[in-house]
Amino acid sequence: MELENSGRESVLQIALLGGVYNNYLALEATLQDASQRGCDEIYCLGDLGAFGPYPDRVFPLLDQYNVTCVQGNYDDSIGNGLDNCQCGYTDPRDNHFAQLSFDYTLANTSSGNRAYLRQLPKEIRLERYGLEILLCHGSPRRINEFLWESATSTQFLEYLGKQHQADIIVGTHTGIKWLRQLADQRWFCNSGVVGRPENDGATNVWYTILDIQTGHHGSSKRRALENVSWRHVPIHYDYRRLACEMEQEAIPTEFIETIRSGWWTTCLEVLPGKERRRGRF
Amino acid sequence: MTTPKVSLTHLDQLWFQVAGTLCNLTCHHCFISCSPKNDSFGFLSLDQVRKHLDDSLIAGVKEYYFTGGEPFLNAEFVDILCLTLEYGPATVLTNGTVLKEEWVERLRKAESLSQYGLEFRVSIDGFSPESNDPIRGNGTFGRAMDGVLRLVDAGFLPIITAARTWPMEQDAEILDRFVQMLRDSGYAQPRLKILPTLQMGAEEQRTHGYLDSERLTDEMLTDFDFSQLVCDHSRIVTDRGVHVCPILIESPDSRLGETLSAACDDFPLSHGACMTCYQFGAICSNPSGQAYRVKSDEHGT
Ligand code: SF4
Ligand code: SF4
Ligand SMILES: [Fe+2]
Repeated sequence: MELENSGRESVLQIALLGGVYNNYLALEATLQDASQRGCDEIYCLGDLGAFGPYPDRVFPLLDQYNVTCVQGNYDDSIGNGLDNCQCGYTDPRDNHFAQLSFDYTLANTSSGNRAYLRQLPKEIRLERYGLEILLCHGSPRRINEFLWESATSTQFLEYLGKQHQADIIVGTHTGIKWLRQLADQRWFCNSGVVGRPENDGATNVWYTILDIQTGHHGSSKRRALENVSWRHVPIHYDYRRLACEMEQEAIPTEFIETIRSGWWTTCLEVLPGKERRRGRF
Repeated sequence: MTTPKVSLTHLDQLWFQVAGTLCNLTCHHCFISCSPKNDSFGFLSLDQVRKHLDDSLIAGVKEYYFTGGEPFLNAEFVDILCLTLEYGPATVLTNGTVLKEEWVERLRKAESLSQYGLEFRVSIDGFSPESNDPIRGNGTFGRAMDGVLRLVDAGFLPIITAARTWPMEQDAEILDRFVQMLRDSGYAQPRLKILPTLQMGAEEQRTHGYLDSERLTDEMLTDFDFSQLVCDHSRIVTDRGVHVCPILIESPDSRLGETLSAACDDFPLSHGACMTCYQFGAICSNPSGQAYRVKSDEHGT
Protein backbone atom coordinates (compact mmCIF):
# COMPACT_ATOMS: atom_id res chain seq x y z
CA MET A 1 0.00 0.00 0.00
CA GLU A 2 1.12 3.52 -0.75
CA LEU A 3 1.98 5.58 2.27
CA GLU A 4 1.26 9.27 2.24
CA ASN A 5 1.64 11.75 5.01
CA SER A 6 -2.10 12.29 4.90
CA GLY A 7 -2.44 9.18 6.99
CA ARG A 8 -4.32 5.92 6.80
CA GLU A 9 -6.38 4.87 3.83
CA SER A 10 -10.04 4.28 4.33
CA VAL A 11 -13.04 3.78 2.11
CA LEU A 12 -16.09 5.96 1.75
CA GLN A 13 -19.03 3.62 1.17
CA ILE A 14 -22.15 5.06 -0.41
CA ALA A 15 -25.19 2.76 -0.56
CA LEU A 16 -27.45 3.30 -3.57
CA LEU A 17 -30.82 1.66 -3.85
CA GLY A 18 -33.81 2.18 -6.11
CA GLY A 19 -37.33 0.96 -6.87
CA VAL A 20 -38.78 0.03 -3.50
CA TYR A 21 -42.25 -0.65 -4.98
CA ASN A 22 -43.80 -0.91 -1.46
CA ASN A 23 -41.54 -3.89 -0.71
CA TYR A 24 -40.78 -2.79 2.84
CA LEU A 25 -39.45 -6.23 3.81
CA ALA A 26 -36.73 -6.16 1.17
CA LEU A 27 -36.07 -2.51 1.98
CA GLU A 28 -35.52 -3.32 5.64
CA ALA A 29 -33.19 -6.21 4.79
CA THR A 30 -31.25 -3.92 2.45
CA LEU A 31 -30.89 -1.14 4.98
CA GLN A 32 -29.75 -3.61 7.65
CA ASP A 33 -27.18 -4.99 5.24
CA ALA A 34 -25.92 -1.51 4.35
CA SER A 35 -25.51 -0.47 7.96
CA GLN A 36 -23.84 -3.76 8.90
CA ARG A 37 -21.31 -3.12 6.17
CA GLY A 38 -20.73 0.29 7.65
CA CYS A 39 -22.02 2.35 4.72
CA ASP A 40 -21.44 6.02 5.42
CA GLU A 41 -24.36 7.36 3.40
CA ILE A 42 -27.55 5.80 2.03
CA TYR A 43 -29.51 7.12 -0.94
CA CYS A 44 -32.73 5.91 -2.50
CA LEU A 45 -33.21 6.78 -6.17
CA GLY A 46 -37.00 6.79 -6.14
CA ASP A 47 -40.17 4.83 -6.89
CA LEU A 48 -41.14 4.06 -3.30
CA GLY A 49 -44.55 2.74 -4.32
CA ALA A 50 -45.92 0.23 -6.85
CA PHE A 51 -47.25 -3.31 -6.60
CA GLY A 52 -46.22 -4.37 -3.09
CA PRO A 53 -48.47 -4.22 0.01
CA TYR A 54 -48.92 -1.51 2.67
CA PRO A 55 -47.22 1.53 1.09
CA ASP A 56 -47.01 3.44 4.37
CA ARG A 57 -44.62 0.90 5.90
CA VAL A 58 -41.76 2.10 3.69
CA PHE A 59 -41.52 5.62 5.11
CA PRO A 60 -40.57 4.96 8.77
CA LEU A 61 -37.68 2.78 7.54
CA LEU A 62 -36.31 5.59 5.40
CA ASP A 63 -36.45 7.81 8.42
CA GLN A 64 -34.93 5.28 10.80
CA TYR A 65 -31.92 4.66 8.57
CA ASN A 66 -31.51 8.26 7.55
CA VAL A 67 -32.04 7.59 3.83
CA THR A 68 -32.03 10.57 1.47
CA CYS A 69 -34.39 10.13 -1.50
CA VAL A 70 -34.61 11.26 -5.09
CA GLN A 71 -38.10 11.49 -6.59
CA GLY A 72 -39.11 8.76 -9.04
CA ASN A 73 -41.91 8.93 -11.58
CA TYR A 74 -44.11 6.91 -9.26
CA ASP A 75 -43.45 9.31 -6.38
CA ASP A 76 -44.32 12.26 -8.59
CA SER A 77 -47.58 10.55 -9.56
CA ILE A 78 -48.60 9.43 -6.06
CA GLY A 79 -47.43 12.64 -4.41
CA ASN A 80 -49.39 14.78 -6.82
CA GLY A 81 -52.41 12.46 -7.03
CA LEU A 82 -52.09 11.95 -10.80
CA ASP A 83 -54.06 9.22 -12.49
CA ASN A 84 -51.22 6.87 -13.55
CA CYS A 85 -47.60 5.95 -12.89
CA GLN A 86 -46.11 7.72 -15.94
CA CYS A 87 -44.15 4.69 -17.08
CA GLY A 88 -45.62 5.24 -20.54
CA TYR A 89 -46.86 1.75 -21.29
CA THR A 90 -48.86 1.37 -24.47
CA ASP A 91 -49.82 -2.29 -24.29
CA PRO A 92 -53.39 -2.60 -22.95
CA ARG A 93 -52.50 -5.55 -20.69
CA ASP A 94 -49.50 -3.72 -19.20
CA ASN A 95 -51.64 -0.66 -18.59
CA HIS A 96 -54.33 -2.74 -16.93
CA PHE A 97 -51.98 -4.19 -14.32
CA ALA A 98 -49.98 -1.01 -13.84
CA GLN A 99 -53.25 0.79 -13.13
CA LEU A 100 -54.40 -1.72 -10.49
CA SER A 101 -51.23 -1.34 -8.45
CA PHE A 102 -51.23 2.40 -8.94
CA ASP A 103 -54.79 2.80 -7.67
CA TYR A 104 -54.00 0.56 -4.68
CA THR A 105 -50.90 2.55 -3.78
CA LEU A 106 -52.61 5.91 -4.19
CA ALA A 107 -55.50 4.81 -1.96
CA ASN A 108 -53.17 3.46 0.73
CA THR A 109 -50.54 6.18 1.01
CA SER A 110 -51.27 8.67 3.79
CA SER A 111 -51.57 12.34 2.95
CA GLY A 112 -48.50 13.06 5.08
CA ASN A 113 -46.42 10.59 3.09
CA ARG A 114 -47.82 11.97 -0.15
CA ALA A 115 -46.67 15.41 0.90
CA TYR A 116 -43.22 13.93 1.53
CA LEU A 117 -43.16 12.36 -1.97
CA ARG A 118 -44.21 15.64 -3.54
CA GLN A 119 -41.28 17.59 -2.19
CA LEU A 120 -38.55 15.10 -3.07
CA PRO A 121 -35.86 16.48 -5.40
CA LYS A 122 -35.54 15.23 -9.00
CA GLU A 123 -31.79 14.89 -8.56
CA ILE A 124 -29.18 14.97 -5.84
CA ARG A 125 -25.65 16.17 -6.45
CA LEU A 126 -22.82 15.07 -4.21
CA GLU A 127 -19.26 16.24 -4.24
CA ARG A 128 -16.92 13.70 -2.66
CA TYR A 129 -13.15 13.97 -2.94
CA GLY A 130 -13.51 16.24 -5.93
CA LEU A 131 -15.87 13.90 -7.77
CA GLU A 132 -19.19 15.19 -9.03
CA ILE A 133 -21.78 12.50 -8.39
CA LEU A 134 -25.28 12.88 -9.82
CA LEU A 135 -28.10 10.74 -8.46
CA CYS A 136 -31.29 10.63 -10.53
CA HIS A 137 -34.21 8.30 -11.21
CA GLY A 138 -34.43 7.53 -14.96
CA SER A 139 -31.81 9.74 -16.57
CA PRO A 140 -30.43 13.15 -15.66
CA ARG A 141 -32.63 14.71 -18.34
CA ARG A 142 -35.87 12.87 -17.77
CA ILE A 143 -37.31 11.20 -14.71
CA ASN A 144 -38.95 8.37 -16.68
CA GLU A 145 -36.34 7.71 -19.33
CA PHE A 146 -35.39 4.03 -19.53
CA LEU A 147 -31.66 3.55 -19.88
CA TRP A 148 -31.16 -0.16 -20.60
CA GLU A 149 -27.73 -1.67 -20.87
CA SER A 150 -28.26 -3.11 -24.35
CA ALA A 151 -30.02 -0.03 -25.70
CA THR A 152 -27.79 2.81 -24.48
CA SER A 153 -24.56 3.72 -26.25
CA THR A 154 -21.46 4.76 -24.35
CA GLN A 155 -21.16 8.03 -26.28
CA PHE A 156 -24.69 8.95 -25.18
CA LEU A 157 -23.82 8.40 -21.52
CA GLU A 158 -20.68 10.49 -22.00
CA TYR A 159 -22.84 13.23 -23.48
CA LEU A 160 -25.12 13.11 -20.42
CA GLY A 161 -22.12 13.32 -18.12
CA LYS A 162 -20.79 16.39 -19.92
CA GLN A 163 -24.18 18.04 -20.23
CA HIS A 164 -24.89 17.61 -16.53
CA GLN A 165 -21.32 18.10 -15.31
CA ALA A 166 -21.11 14.74 -13.60
CA ASP A 167 -18.21 12.32 -13.24
CA ILE A 168 -20.54 9.63 -11.97
CA ILE A 169 -24.23 9.23 -12.81
CA VAL A 170 -26.41 6.78 -10.92
CA GLY A 171 -30.01 5.96 -11.85
CA THR A 172 -32.56 3.16 -11.47
CA HIS A 173 -36.11 2.95 -13.01
CA THR A 174 -35.57 0.00 -15.34
CA GLY A 175 -35.37 -2.65 -12.61
CA ILE A 176 -32.13 -4.25 -13.81
CA LYS A 177 -28.70 -3.21 -12.53
CA TRP A 178 -25.76 -2.50 -14.80
CA LEU A 179 -22.53 -0.58 -14.90
CA ARG A 180 -20.51 1.07 -17.66
CA GLN A 181 -17.14 2.73 -17.50
CA LEU A 182 -16.95 5.80 -19.72
CA ALA A 183 -14.11 7.84 -21.17
CA ASP A 184 -11.62 9.26 -18.65
CA GLN A 185 -12.69 6.66 -16.10
CA ARG A 186 -16.07 8.23 -15.54
CA TRP A 187 -19.06 6.01 -14.76
CA PHE A 188 -22.71 5.33 -15.34
CA CYS A 189 -24.40 2.93 -12.95
CA ASN A 190 -27.91 1.56 -12.62
CA SER A 191 -28.32 0.61 -8.98
CA GLY A 192 -30.91 -2.10 -9.60
CA VAL A 193 -34.05 -2.21 -7.47
CA VAL A 194 -34.92 -3.63 -4.09
CA GLY A 195 -38.65 -3.91 -4.82
CA ARG A 196 -38.66 -6.92 -7.10
CA PRO A 197 -36.29 -9.56 -8.38
CA GLU A 198 -34.37 -9.03 -11.57
CA ASN A 199 -36.28 -11.25 -14.02
CA ASP A 200 -33.66 -13.97 -13.70
CA GLY A 201 -35.63 -16.65 -11.87
CA ALA A 202 -34.05 -15.84 -8.49
CA THR A 203 -36.05 -14.32 -5.64
CA ASN A 204 -33.37 -12.00 -4.26
CA VAL A 205 -33.16 -8.29 -5.04
CA TRP A 206 -30.13 -6.00 -5.54
CA TYR A 207 -28.63 -2.73 -4.40
CA THR A 208 -25.27 -1.15 -5.14
CA ILE A 209 -22.40 0.23 -3.08
CA LEU A 210 -20.08 2.88 -4.48
CA ASP A 211 -16.68 2.73 -2.80
CA ILE A 212 -14.23 5.60 -2.96
CA GLN A 213 -10.78 4.98 -1.48
CA THR A 214 -9.75 7.97 0.53
CA GLY A 215 -6.55 9.11 2.17
CA HIS A 216 -4.99 10.73 -0.92
CA HIS A 217 -5.57 14.29 0.16
CA GLY A 218 -4.93 16.93 -2.42
CA SER A 219 -5.10 14.36 -5.20
CA SER A 220 -6.50 15.20 -8.62
CA LYS A 221 -9.86 14.21 -9.99
CA ARG A 222 -8.11 11.62 -12.11
CA ARG A 223 -6.62 10.14 -8.98
CA ALA A 224 -9.97 10.14 -7.25
CA LEU A 225 -11.59 8.35 -10.23
CA GLU A 226 -8.90 5.71 -10.07
CA ASN A 227 -10.04 5.03 -6.54
CA VAL A 228 -13.67 4.34 -7.42
CA SER A 229 -15.07 0.83 -7.34
CA TRP A 230 -18.53 -0.73 -7.29
CA ARG A 231 -20.29 -3.63 -5.66
CA HIS A 232 -23.70 -4.98 -6.62
CA VAL A 233 -25.06 -6.64 -3.50
CA PRO A 234 -27.72 -9.39 -3.55
CA ILE A 235 -30.33 -9.20 -0.78
CA HIS A 236 -32.32 -12.20 0.36
CA TYR A 237 -35.42 -11.35 2.32
CA ASP A 238 -38.66 -12.98 3.46
CA TYR A 239 -40.33 -12.97 0.05
CA ARG A 240 -42.84 -15.64 1.12
CA ARG A 241 -44.20 -13.32 3.76
CA LEU A 242 -44.39 -10.49 1.22
CA ALA A 243 -46.29 -12.74 -1.19
CA CYS A 244 -48.78 -13.72 1.56
CA GLU A 245 -49.35 -10.10 2.47
CA MET A 246 -49.90 -9.25 -1.19
CA GLU A 247 -52.53 -11.97 -1.28
CA GLN A 248 -54.21 -10.56 1.80
CA GLU A 249 -54.34 -7.19 0.10
CA ALA A 250 -55.87 -8.73 -3.04
CA ILE A 251 -53.01 -7.54 -5.26
CA PRO A 252 -53.14 -9.22 -8.71
CA THR A 253 -51.60 -12.70 -8.77
CA GLU A 254 -49.38 -11.69 -11.68
CA PHE A 255 -47.33 -9.48 -9.33
CA ILE A 256 -47.26 -12.08 -6.58
CA GLU A 257 -45.96 -14.64 -9.03
CA THR A 258 -43.02 -12.36 -9.81
CA ILE A 259 -42.11 -12.13 -6.11
CA ARG A 260 -42.30 -15.93 -5.74
CA SER A 261 -40.66 -16.96 -9.02
CA GLY A 262 -38.23 -14.18 -9.86
CA TRP A 263 -39.72 -13.79 -13.35
CA TRP A 264 -41.46 -10.63 -14.55
CA THR A 265 -44.99 -11.25 -15.80
CA THR A 266 -46.21 -7.81 -16.88
CA CYS A 267 -44.94 -4.50 -18.25
CA LEU A 268 -42.53 -6.39 -20.49
CA GLU A 269 -43.04 -4.24 -23.58
CA VAL A 270 -40.42 -1.73 -22.47
CA LEU A 271 -37.67 -4.36 -22.24
CA PRO A 272 -35.22 -4.43 -25.16
CA GLY A 273 -34.83 -7.82 -26.83
CA LYS A 274 -31.56 -8.68 -25.15
CA GLU A 275 -32.91 -8.09 -21.63
CA ARG A 276 -36.27 -9.66 -22.45
CA ARG A 277 -34.66 -12.83 -23.73
CA ARG A 278 -33.14 -13.51 -20.32
CA GLY A 279 -36.62 -13.67 -18.79
CA ARG A 280 -39.25 -16.35 -19.08
CA PHE A 281 -42.16 -14.25 -20.44
CA MET B 1 -50.35 32.48 -39.44
CA THR B 2 -46.73 31.41 -38.86
CA THR B 3 -45.48 27.87 -39.27
CA PRO B 4 -44.25 26.38 -36.01
CA LYS B 5 -40.68 25.11 -35.89
CA VAL B 6 -38.99 22.21 -34.19
CA SER B 7 -35.44 22.33 -32.81
CA LEU B 8 -33.18 19.35 -32.51
CA THR B 9 -33.02 18.79 -28.74
CA HIS B 10 -30.33 16.15 -28.98
CA LEU B 11 -29.47 13.60 -31.64
CA ASP B 12 -30.68 10.48 -29.80
CA GLN B 13 -31.47 8.43 -32.88
CA LEU B 14 -29.54 8.30 -36.12
CA TRP B 15 -31.44 6.69 -38.98
CA PHE B 16 -30.05 5.28 -42.22
CA GLN B 17 -32.14 4.97 -45.39
CA VAL B 18 -29.87 2.07 -46.15
CA ALA B 19 -31.84 0.61 -49.07
CA GLY B 20 -33.02 3.91 -50.48
CA THR B 21 -36.48 3.50 -51.95
CA LEU B 22 -35.81 0.00 -53.25
CA CYS B 23 -38.04 -2.77 -52.00
CA ASN B 24 -39.02 -6.22 -53.21
CA LEU B 25 -42.64 -5.43 -52.26
CA THR B 26 -45.07 -2.73 -53.30
CA CYS B 27 -47.37 -2.32 -50.31
CA HIS B 28 -50.51 -0.27 -50.83
CA HIS B 29 -49.85 1.86 -47.73
CA CYS B 30 -46.11 2.47 -48.17
CA PHE B 31 -45.61 6.12 -47.32
CA ILE B 32 -42.67 6.59 -49.69
CA SER B 33 -43.94 4.36 -52.51
CA CYS B 34 -41.02 1.97 -52.45
CA SER B 35 -40.82 -0.71 -55.14
CA PRO B 36 -38.31 -2.88 -57.02
CA LYS B 37 -38.04 -0.06 -59.59
CA ASN B 38 -38.08 3.05 -57.42
CA ASP B 39 -34.42 4.04 -57.28
CA SER B 40 -34.96 7.71 -56.58
CA PHE B 41 -32.95 7.00 -53.43
CA GLY B 42 -30.17 4.42 -53.71
CA PHE B 43 -28.30 2.08 -51.37
CA LEU B 44 -25.88 3.42 -48.77
CA SER B 45 -22.46 1.80 -48.83
CA LEU B 46 -20.57 0.46 -45.83
CA ASP B 47 -18.11 3.33 -46.17
CA GLN B 48 -20.83 5.96 -46.25
CA VAL B 49 -22.37 4.48 -43.13
CA ARG B 50 -19.00 4.28 -41.39
CA LYS B 51 -18.36 7.97 -41.96
CA HIS B 52 -21.61 8.92 -40.25
CA LEU B 53 -21.10 6.40 -37.45
CA ASP B 54 -17.79 8.09 -36.69
CA ASP B 55 -19.44 11.51 -36.69
CA SER B 56 -22.16 10.17 -34.43
CA LEU B 57 -19.69 9.53 -31.61
CA ILE B 58 -19.09 13.24 -31.12
CA ALA B 59 -22.81 13.91 -31.39
CA GLY B 60 -23.47 11.43 -28.57
CA VAL B 61 -26.01 9.37 -30.54
CA LYS B 62 -27.85 6.85 -28.35
CA GLU B 63 -29.06 4.35 -30.95
CA TYR B 64 -29.15 3.58 -34.69
CA TYR B 65 -32.07 2.68 -36.95
CA PHE B 66 -32.03 1.18 -40.45
CA THR B 67 -34.85 1.39 -42.95
CA GLY B 68 -35.62 1.43 -46.67
CA GLY B 69 -37.16 0.16 -48.74
CA GLU B 70 -36.05 -3.28 -47.68
CA PRO B 71 -32.63 -2.99 -45.95
CA PHE B 72 -31.66 -6.59 -46.71
CA LEU B 73 -31.67 -5.86 -50.47
CA ASN B 74 -28.46 -3.95 -49.83
CA ALA B 75 -25.66 -6.50 -50.29
CA GLU B 76 -23.49 -4.77 -47.69
CA PHE B 77 -26.22 -4.62 -45.08
CA VAL B 78 -25.09 -7.48 -42.85
CA ASP B 79 -21.60 -5.94 -42.74
CA ILE B 80 -23.17 -2.58 -41.96
CA LEU B 81 -25.07 -4.02 -39.00
CA CYS B 82 -22.03 -5.83 -37.65
CA LEU B 83 -20.07 -2.58 -37.81
CA THR B 84 -22.87 -0.61 -36.17
CA LEU B 85 -23.00 -2.96 -33.21
CA GLU B 86 -19.51 -1.74 -32.34
CA TYR B 87 -20.92 1.78 -31.97
CA GLY B 88 -24.28 1.24 -30.31
CA PRO B 89 -27.67 -0.46 -30.32
CA ALA B 90 -29.21 -1.08 -33.75
CA THR B 91 -32.76 -1.57 -34.97
CA VAL B 92 -33.76 -2.79 -38.43
CA LEU B 93 -37.13 -2.15 -40.03
CA THR B 94 -37.65 -5.03 -42.45
CA ASN B 95 -40.47 -6.77 -44.27
CA GLY B 96 -38.93 -10.09 -43.25
CA THR B 97 -39.38 -11.72 -46.66
CA VAL B 98 -35.79 -11.93 -47.88
CA LEU B 99 -33.91 -13.00 -44.73
CA LYS B 100 -31.30 -15.68 -45.30
CA GLU B 101 -30.42 -18.12 -42.57
CA GLU B 102 -26.68 -17.47 -42.85
CA TRP B 103 -27.22 -13.72 -42.42
CA VAL B 104 -29.32 -14.27 -39.34
CA GLU B 105 -26.64 -16.57 -37.90
CA ARG B 106 -23.92 -14.01 -38.49
CA LEU B 107 -25.98 -11.24 -36.94
CA ARG B 108 -26.77 -13.35 -33.91
CA LYS B 109 -23.07 -13.92 -33.39
CA ALA B 110 -22.27 -10.22 -33.82
CA GLU B 111 -24.97 -9.31 -31.32
CA SER B 112 -23.74 -11.74 -28.70
CA LEU B 113 -20.21 -10.30 -29.01
CA SER B 114 -21.52 -6.76 -28.65
CA GLN B 115 -22.60 -5.07 -25.45
CA TYR B 116 -25.52 -3.71 -27.47
CA GLY B 117 -28.71 -5.22 -28.80
CA LEU B 118 -29.90 -5.75 -32.35
CA GLU B 119 -33.66 -5.39 -32.76
CA PHE B 120 -35.73 -6.44 -35.77
CA ARG B 121 -39.04 -4.83 -36.51
CA VAL B 122 -40.92 -6.94 -39.01
CA SER B 123 -43.91 -5.40 -40.76
CA ILE B 124 -46.96 -7.64 -40.96
CA ASP B 125 -50.29 -5.91 -41.34
CA GLY B 126 -52.72 -8.62 -40.36
CA PHE B 127 -52.79 -11.79 -38.29
CA SER B 128 -53.70 -13.91 -41.33
CA PRO B 129 -52.98 -14.03 -45.06
CA GLU B 130 -56.56 -12.87 -45.60
CA SER B 131 -55.97 -9.63 -43.70
CA ASN B 132 -52.30 -9.05 -44.60
CA ASP B 133 -51.91 -10.06 -48.24
CA PRO B 134 -54.44 -7.66 -49.79
CA ILE B 135 -52.28 -4.82 -48.39
CA ARG B 136 -48.73 -6.18 -48.67
CA GLY B 137 -49.11 -8.53 -51.64
CA ASN B 138 -49.90 -12.16 -52.38
CA GLY B 139 -48.00 -14.68 -50.31
CA THR B 140 -46.29 -12.01 -48.18
CA PHE B 141 -47.87 -13.18 -44.92
CA GLY B 142 -46.31 -16.62 -45.22
CA ARG B 143 -42.96 -15.28 -46.33
CA ALA B 144 -42.79 -12.69 -43.58
CA MET B 145 -43.75 -15.31 -40.98
CA ASP B 146 -40.95 -17.51 -42.30
CA GLY B 147 -38.59 -14.62 -41.66
CA VAL B 148 -40.00 -14.05 -38.17
CA LEU B 149 -39.53 -17.71 -37.24
CA ARG B 150 -36.02 -17.73 -38.67
CA LEU B 151 -35.18 -14.84 -36.34
CA VAL B 152 -36.91 -16.53 -33.40
CA ASP B 153 -35.03 -19.77 -34.05
CA ALA B 154 -31.75 -17.88 -33.96
CA GLY B 155 -32.71 -16.37 -30.60
CA PHE B 156 -33.93 -12.92 -31.62
CA LEU B 157 -37.27 -11.54 -30.43
CA PRO B 158 -38.54 -9.59 -33.44
CA ILE B 159 -41.10 -6.84 -32.86
CA ILE B 160 -44.02 -7.31 -35.23
CA THR B 161 -45.23 -3.93 -36.42
CA ALA B 162 -48.66 -3.56 -37.94
CA ALA B 163 -49.92 -0.42 -39.61
CA ARG B 164 -53.39 0.30 -38.31
CA THR B 165 -55.54 -0.37 -41.36
CA TRP B 166 -58.57 -1.00 -39.13
CA PRO B 167 -60.62 1.30 -36.86
CA MET B 168 -58.75 2.11 -33.63
CA GLU B 169 -61.53 0.61 -31.47
CA GLN B 170 -60.51 -2.82 -32.74
CA ASP B 171 -56.91 -2.52 -31.47
CA ALA B 172 -57.32 -4.74 -28.40
CA GLU B 173 -59.06 -7.53 -30.29
CA ILE B 174 -56.62 -7.49 -33.19
CA LEU B 175 -53.66 -7.40 -30.80
CA ASP B 176 -55.03 -10.52 -29.06
CA ARG B 177 -55.43 -12.39 -32.32
CA PHE B 178 -51.93 -11.39 -33.40
CA VAL B 179 -50.44 -12.68 -30.16
CA GLN B 180 -52.38 -15.91 -30.47
CA MET B 181 -51.25 -16.43 -34.07
CA LEU B 182 -47.60 -15.80 -33.14
CA ARG B 183 -47.74 -18.15 -30.16
CA ASP B 184 -49.39 -20.84 -32.29
CA SER B 185 -46.60 -20.48 -34.83
CA GLY B 186 -43.97 -21.10 -32.17
CA TYR B 187 -43.03 -17.57 -31.08
CA ALA B 188 -43.30 -17.86 -27.28
CA GLN B 189 -42.45 -14.25 -26.30
CA PRO B 190 -44.20 -12.26 -29.04
CA ARG B 191 -43.65 -8.49 -29.22
CA LEU B 192 -46.03 -6.22 -31.12
CA LYS B 193 -46.32 -2.57 -32.03
CA ILE B 194 -49.21 -0.91 -33.83
CA LEU B 195 -48.38 2.10 -36.00
CA PRO B 196 -50.67 4.72 -37.48
CA THR B 197 -50.69 4.94 -41.28
CA LEU B 198 -49.37 8.05 -42.98
CA GLN B 199 -51.50 9.63 -45.69
CA MET B 200 -48.64 9.84 -48.19
CA GLY B 201 -47.03 7.92 -51.02
CA ALA B 202 -49.02 4.85 -51.97
CA GLU B 203 -51.29 5.34 -48.96
CA GLU B 204 -52.34 8.66 -50.45
CA GLN B 205 -53.86 6.73 -53.35
CA ARG B 206 -55.27 4.00 -51.08
CA THR B 207 -57.24 6.43 -48.91
CA HIS B 208 -56.64 10.15 -49.23
CA GLY B 209 -53.83 12.64 -48.83
CA TYR B 210 -53.62 15.40 -46.26
CA LEU B 211 -55.96 18.33 -46.70
CA ASP B 212 -54.40 21.79 -46.93
CA SER B 213 -56.12 22.58 -43.66
CA GLU B 214 -54.35 19.68 -41.94
CA ARG B 215 -51.34 21.68 -40.82
CA LEU B 216 -49.91 22.34 -37.41
CA THR B 217 -50.28 25.78 -35.87
CA ASP B 218 -48.46 27.48 -33.00
CA GLU B 219 -51.66 27.35 -31.06
CA MET B 220 -51.89 23.56 -31.30
CA LEU B 221 -48.32 23.27 -30.08
CA THR B 222 -48.71 25.39 -26.98
CA ASP B 223 -47.78 23.06 -24.11
CA PHE B 224 -47.12 20.22 -26.57
CA ASP B 225 -44.46 17.65 -25.68
CA PHE B 226 -42.12 17.98 -28.68
CA SER B 227 -40.23 14.85 -27.66
CA GLN B 228 -43.15 12.97 -29.22
CA LEU B 229 -41.87 14.08 -32.65
CA VAL B 230 -39.08 12.10 -34.30
CA CYS B 231 -37.53 15.32 -35.65
CA ASP B 232 -37.03 16.54 -32.06
CA HIS B 233 -34.30 13.93 -31.48
CA SER B 234 -33.41 12.27 -34.82
CA ARG B 235 -31.95 12.73 -38.27
CA ILE B 236 -31.78 10.35 -41.23
CA VAL B 237 -28.95 9.73 -43.67
CA THR B 238 -29.81 9.00 -47.32
CA ASP B 239 -27.59 8.83 -50.37
CA ARG B 240 -28.36 12.51 -50.88
CA GLY B 241 -27.35 13.73 -47.45
CA VAL B 242 -28.86 14.19 -44.01
CA HIS B 243 -32.60 14.82 -43.73
CA VAL B 244 -34.86 15.93 -40.93
CA CYS B 245 -36.84 12.70 -40.46
CA PRO B 246 -37.53 9.33 -42.10
CA ILE B 247 -41.03 10.37 -43.10
CA LEU B 248 -40.29 13.36 -45.30
CA ILE B 249 -37.17 12.33 -47.24
CA GLU B 250 -38.94 12.83 -50.58
CA SER B 251 -39.64 16.50 -49.85
CA PRO B 252 -36.72 18.62 -51.08
CA ASP B 253 -36.86 20.84 -47.99
CA SER B 254 -36.20 17.85 -45.73
CA ARG B 255 -32.53 17.69 -46.70
CA LEU B 256 -30.65 19.78 -44.18
CA GLY B 257 -27.02 19.17 -45.05
CA GLU B 258 -24.23 16.85 -46.09
CA THR B 259 -23.07 15.84 -42.61
CA LEU B 260 -24.63 15.42 -39.19
CA SER B 261 -23.11 18.61 -37.84
CA ALA B 262 -24.51 20.53 -40.80
CA ALA B 263 -28.01 19.17 -40.27
CA CYS B 264 -28.90 20.52 -36.84
CA ASP B 265 -31.04 23.47 -37.95
CA ASP B 266 -34.61 24.08 -36.86
CA PHE B 267 -37.25 22.69 -39.19
CA PRO B 268 -40.66 24.19 -40.01
CA LEU B 269 -43.48 21.73 -39.32
CA SER B 270 -45.26 22.61 -42.52
CA HIS B 271 -46.17 19.16 -43.83
CA GLY B 272 -49.40 17.22 -43.59
CA ALA B 273 -47.52 14.25 -42.13
CA CYS B 274 -46.50 16.43 -39.19
CA MET B 275 -50.15 16.26 -38.24
CA THR B 276 -49.96 12.47 -37.85
CA CYS B 277 -46.83 12.73 -35.72
CA TYR B 278 -48.64 15.31 -33.61
CA GLN B 279 -51.67 13.07 -33.15
CA PHE B 280 -49.98 9.74 -32.57
CA GLY B 281 -46.59 10.61 -31.12
CA ALA B 282 -43.41 8.53 -31.06
CA ILE B 283 -44.38 6.39 -34.01
CA CYS B 284 -40.90 5.40 -35.05
CA SER B 285 -39.09 4.53 -31.78
CA ASN B 286 -38.88 1.22 -29.99
CA PRO B 287 -41.02 1.00 -26.85
CA SER B 288 -37.85 0.56 -24.76
CA GLY B 289 -36.55 3.95 -25.85
CA GLN B 290 -39.59 6.04 -25.17
CA ALA B 291 -40.00 8.50 -22.36
CA TYR B 292 -42.76 10.99 -22.57
CA ARG B 293 -42.74 14.17 -20.55
CA VAL B 294 -44.09 13.75 -17.03
CA LYS B 295 -46.71 16.11 -15.61
CA SER B 296 -44.41 17.96 -13.26
CA ASP B 297 -42.01 18.84 -16.11
CA GLU B 298 -44.87 20.64 -17.82
CA HIS B 299 -45.21 22.96 -14.89
CA GLY B 300 -41.52 23.51 -14.68
CA THR B 301 -41.12 22.23 -11.15
S1 SF4 C 1 -44.11 -0.62 -46.67
FE1 SF4 C 1 -42.05 -1.47 -46.38
S2 SF4 C 1 -42.19 -3.51 -47.30
FE2 SF4 C 1 -43.92 -2.38 -48.07
S3 SF4 C 1 -43.22 -1.46 -50.01
FE3 SF4 C 1 -42.85 0.06 -48.42
S4 SF4 C 1 -40.74 -0.30 -47.78
FE4 SF4 C 1 -41.41 -2.15 -48.89
S1 SF4 D 1 -43.20 14.46 -40.40
FE1 SF4 D 1 -43.07 14.18 -38.17
S2 SF4 D 1 -40.93 13.83 -37.76
FE2 SF4 D 1 -41.05 14.68 -39.81
S3 SF4 D 1 -40.80 16.92 -39.56
FE3 SF4 D 1 -43.00 16.50 -39.49
S4 SF4 D 1 -43.44 16.22 -37.30
FE4 SF4 D 1 -41.23 16.03 -37.56
FE1 LIG E 1 -39.52 4.52 -12.30
